[in-house]
Amino acid sequence: MSRQSVSNINEPRVPFLRIARRHATPRRQAWLIRTVGLLAALFTGSLLILALGHNPIAVYLDMVDSAFGSRIGFNETVRIAVPLLGSALAVGLAFKMKFWNIGTEGHILIGGIAATYFALFHYDTLPVPVLLTVMGLAGAAAGGLWGLIPAFFRAKWNTNETLFTLMLNYVAFGFILFLQAGPWRRAGTDFPIIPMFEQAARLPRLFGIHIGWLLILSLTVLVYLYLNRSKQGYQLTVVGQSENTARYAGMNVGRIIMRTMLFSGAIAGFVGFIQVSGANFTLDETTAGGVGFTGITVAWLAHLNPLIMVLVAMFIAMLERGATRIQTTFMIPDAIASLLIGIILFFMLACEFFIHYRLVIRNRKGGH
Amino acid sequence: MNQQTSTFPAIQTQNLIKTFDKVVANDNVSFDVRRGEILALLGENGSGKTTLMNMLSGIYFPDSGSIEVDGKEVSIRSPKDAFGLGIGMVHQHFKLVDVFTAAENIVLGLPGKLFLDRKASTREIREISERYGFQLDPDKKIYNMSVSEKQTVEIVKVLYRGADILILDEPTAVLTPQETEQLFTTLRNMKADGKAIVIITHKLNEVLSVSDRVHILRKGKSIATVNTPETNQQELTEMMVGRAISLKIHRPLVEVKEDRLQISGLNCLSPEGVQALQNINFTLQSGEILGIAGIAGSGQKELCEALAGLYPVSSGSILYHPEGADTTDIVGKAPKEIRDMGITMAFVPEDRLGMGLVANMDMTDNVMLRHYDKGRGPFADRKRSRGLAEGLIDQLEIVTPGVSTPVRRLSGGNVQKVLLGREIDSAPRVLIVAYPVRGLDINSSYTIYDLLNEQKKRGVAVLFVGEDLDVLLELADRILVLCGGQVSGIVDAANATKEEVGLLMTQVPEEVDIS
Repeated sequence: MSRQSVSNINEPRVPFLRIARRHATPRRQAWLIRTVGLLAALFTGSLLILALGHNPIAVYLDMVDSAFGSRIGFNETVRIAVPLLGSALAVGLAFKMKFWNIGTEGHILIGGIAATYFALFHYDTLPVPVLLTVMGLAGAAAGGLWGLIPAFFRAKWNTNETLFTLMLNYVAFGFILFLQAGPWRRAGTDFPIIPMFEQAARLPRLFGIHIGWLLILSLTVLVYLYLNRSKQGYQLTVVGQSENTARYAGMNVGRIIMRTMLFSGAIAGFVGFIQVSGANFTLDETTAGGVGFTGITVAWLAHLNPLIMVLVAMFIAMLERGATRIQTTFMIPDAIASLLIGIILFFMLACEFFIHYRLVIRNRKGGH
Repeated sequence: MNQQTSTFPAIQTQNLIKTFDKVVANDNVSFDVRRGEILALLGENGSGKTTLMNMLSGIYFPDSGSIEVDGKEVSIRSPKDAFGLGIGMVHQHFKLVDVFTAAENIVLGLPGKLFLDRKASTREIREISERYGFQLDPDKKIYNMSVSEKQTVEIVKVLYRGADILILDEPTAVLTPQETEQLFTTLRNMKADGKAIVIITHKLNEVLSVSDRVHILRKGKSIATVNTPETNQQELTEMMVGRAISLKIHRPLVEVKEDRLQISGLNCLSPEGVQALQNINFTLQSGEILGIAGIAGSGQKELCEALAGLYPVSSGSILYHPEGADTTDIVGKAPKEIRDMGITMAFVPEDRLGMGLVANMDMTDNVMLRHYDKGRGPFADRKRSRGLAEGLIDQLEIVTPGVSTPVRRLSGGNVQKVLLGREIDSAPRVLIVAYPVRGLDINSSYTIYDLLNEQKKRGVAVLFVGEDLDVLLELADRILVLCGGQVSGIVDAANATKEEVGLLMTQVPEEVDIS
């Protein structure tokens, strides 16, 4: 009955374009794809730069130079990379468990608030090392508890963690605005500003950068060992892959989810402490400044491997630093500089698709 | 549906080649099926049956070679093209909307007017059912249907769409012997009506009873086409496997047996509040294989999981009798609690990659699942797991590039060997296995039977949930039959017949109901 419709497809034809899965991509080929991706990104970006009437190569070189060309530049790049790396570690821990936590931004803020409390009200009652330790622990504890809330609800009633963690960010943000405007406002001013920390509550420097870089680097090694060597890291990986298997193996899935989010939040809260005590010396609404979200990109590009996150965080920090520099040297508008970063990150993320899939075009005989 | 009696076969393929990366799934496959015949496509797992059928139904496109329908070369680029050519595929996993009626599912997705002419379509469905002898109520909702009724809907669906070349992928895997016979009757009716039918299976007795010709595939290559009346099980097996193989399953006898698990009055409710298990009573002995038979979804999964502490029990008891020690009730205990009590119960679940193993993890990490928390300190002992995994590869002849390859890359038989090997390594006293040979080829299946027999001889109490009654009757000592969440009977496997067990699968005898 429906035979008539056949006539038009009687000529054998191969589809023009197909997407085929690659089974195992050799490491060298993967790096080749990434290199091509980066070149393509730079090329696309250079069209933009050319349209503005600048020399793309000069602009790119200036970006790199701003980040690594001088001691001051390098220190600044590291300062940007520290919270990025920290929040990527926090995100990575949750994502390894397939717990889609986008609340790291809020955890950083809450950690910052807790640390600030001791910086403002106990700076003169405690010896400096004790004060800083207490600030760090308070930040971690507060961030951890904040992270525990969505995990508890997910474990008990299977709520959606993505929405939950996102919403809690706004609560944390609002809380800071409240503290600025009221209880913690600097005496003698109408501006909603929290006072600058006293010297005692500021992180010391090491090699010209606040010591936060060393703390976060040590944390990176710890998280790496935790994920890859420890029993708990094994548990959370199994939970992420298959909750069913975890239950089958006798694991308490709810408890593992809560424990992991406690640690993820604690790391982010500790980053909050580093930001207020090492970078800004005060608490304000820009304390997190989006690193909780950029951390997701860092974690993802690094395939959740903490050691690779170090490189990715430095790379993104370089881009941000470079974007600021070209605004002054070439008068490139802020929006365009952000667009350049966006283009490069987009291409880098797109690479991951081509590492796993390939396009097959018609007329290439021989099984491809 | 006018059938022009052409001299050409309904489908003829010539030298079809399909490769996935470096794996050649189909290597010069040439076969044909004529109108008015049933062709059985026989082959082990990984022999390329599914790849071949997917090319005919438009899911894959061949790398080279040709497909002819009624003597004309065609190009099938999508399932829609396949339908246009009258090729209809009945998949192993049903694709039906549960809350719709049979009729609604059948007309779903067909082009038509804005409003459905329900009466006309119902009439046509009745007509098709009558012509071929299907028992189908077009107004029944899918969720009220048994597995075999759902399969009927799938078959009528492709007939309604005008298919006259039918491909059935392992249609009997989910049916009782009686239902299988019923299906074969309808297939013979369709054959008499001039339809071309391809049935994919690896059950040899079914091949012999229903098909006219058999096409055998091995490792992606066409081996032979034989006329069914001129062949036998032994010959077919040899062509399929590539060498002579004994089809006999051993049933070693263990003299000393003692009660190991005693289940009484076990009731379970599903999360939806439906009675999944009702008043289950039986005893599992050491040194025996107790087979569990039943239509898919009769409570097998719930029973296994309840014993393993993974399914909530509403009432009843599960008593564990250790050798020379006191009896303990393990009902309502979590798996870890049971293990901490020193009871080693191993469980090979039905869903191997979704429950028993972690598909994306390598063999070392999967083997570690059972003992990752052993030893002091915060770090896990991967060295031990690695050694164990390497040992399993040697002992069970697992084919894998190495212990670091994700288990999802292994073939079904090797995945099962990893899982069963890990469970046996824990030196269990009770071993629960659910559908351990599902999807496995003959060689792997016999390896698994041997492993289970070896455990039985060591005095392990083995609970074997199976679907192939022939295997259960040969391998098990006793067979417990489940029907709708109840025990409908326990028979002695050596003396029971297939029909007897088949009957118990469909109804609970009155006297059992009362007790």
